Amino acid sequence: MAAIYSLYIINKSGGLIYYKNYGSAGRMDTNDTLRVASLWHSMHAISQQLSPVSGCSGIELLQADTFDLHCFQSLTGTKFFAVCEPGTQQIESLLKYVYELYTDYVLKNPFYEIEMPIQCELFDMNLTQSVQKDRVALLGQ
Amino acid sequence: MIGVGKVKQYGNVLDKPLNKGKTEVSLSAFAFLFSELVQYNQTQVDNIGELERRLEDAGYAVGARVLELLCHRDKGNRRETRLLGILSFVHSTVWKVLFGKVADSLEKGTEHEDEYMISEKELLVNKFISIPKDMGTFNCGAFVAGIVRGVLDGAGFPAVVTAHFVPMEGQQRPRTTILIKFAEEVLLREARLG
Repeated sequence: MAAIYSLYIINKSGGLIYYKNYGSAGRMDTNDTLRVASLWHSMHAISQQLSPVSGCSGIELLQADTFDLHCFQSLTGTKFFAVCEPGTQQIESLLKYVYELYTDYVLKNPFYEIEMPIQCELFDMNLTQSVQKDRVALLGQ
Repeated sequence: MIGVGKVKQYGNVLDKPLNKGKTEVSLSAFAFLFSELVQYNQTQVDNIGELERRLEDAGYAVGARVLELLCHRDKGNRRETRLLGILSFVHSTVWKVLFGKVADSLEKGTEHEDEYMISEKELLVNKFISIPKDMGTFNCGAFVAGIVRGVLDGAGFPAVVTAHFVPMEGQQRPRTTILIKFAEEVLLREARLG
């Protein structure tokens, strides 16, 4: 069964601004999540340089034997990536939807400072609702 | 032919007709503008009470102008003199023009004679705003409270208007209530009119 394990959002300088864990396995403490975020940010940047043809926009999918990592980068450099079970469908559209929620409930919030960790109640609520809606596909339940 | 299809030029801007205008504005555009308004005022004040007062004052200016515009455009220059008349004007016409729908409910307060409440499940201005925990009971609906106060003041019904969150059982987000407390003179006048 396909399921999503975790969701990360990192700002354009590589700092982790949002982390949500859905799986029971693979729980990490805060420091580890911060390290993963900055690691991914560097790898994403290096991949753009490694490309043999110009105009590479970075890593979109990383496939390992026990997980897949899908990454979506917005035009402003904010990266949304999700770690999920191999073969999970429609993570790309989920990431784009999370981007929409981000622009609505985080960027239009006057109490949110740009590039800081996200602590917006409405964002959390709507994110939970949308993942719950696709619970069979995403949470494996 | 010269001059065909040219818009009639008015000598004085006050002679131009008041057109209906576009009735729709992008919600995102308004949300960003309102967010900036709140952020700007936050830099100017030291405490939350001041911030609420500033938002209310901003709304007051809007309310005064909306009253003039709507009286001319929608009500044919007729003036409301009764309390219920002006309240239903605010509850339906003003809300319809500003937010695209009538307010959810209009109630009379049970404890005091001079209190009325307009409730809304979720104010349009608060649609994308999450108040941080450390700001307590602050409500950006103070802007809407200011608009209502502007309308009532301009119509001759001075009142104190505030916005409150009312938690509802079974719902995650609290309802918003605009509490209107009329001045003494309004009630005396209303009683005299019978």
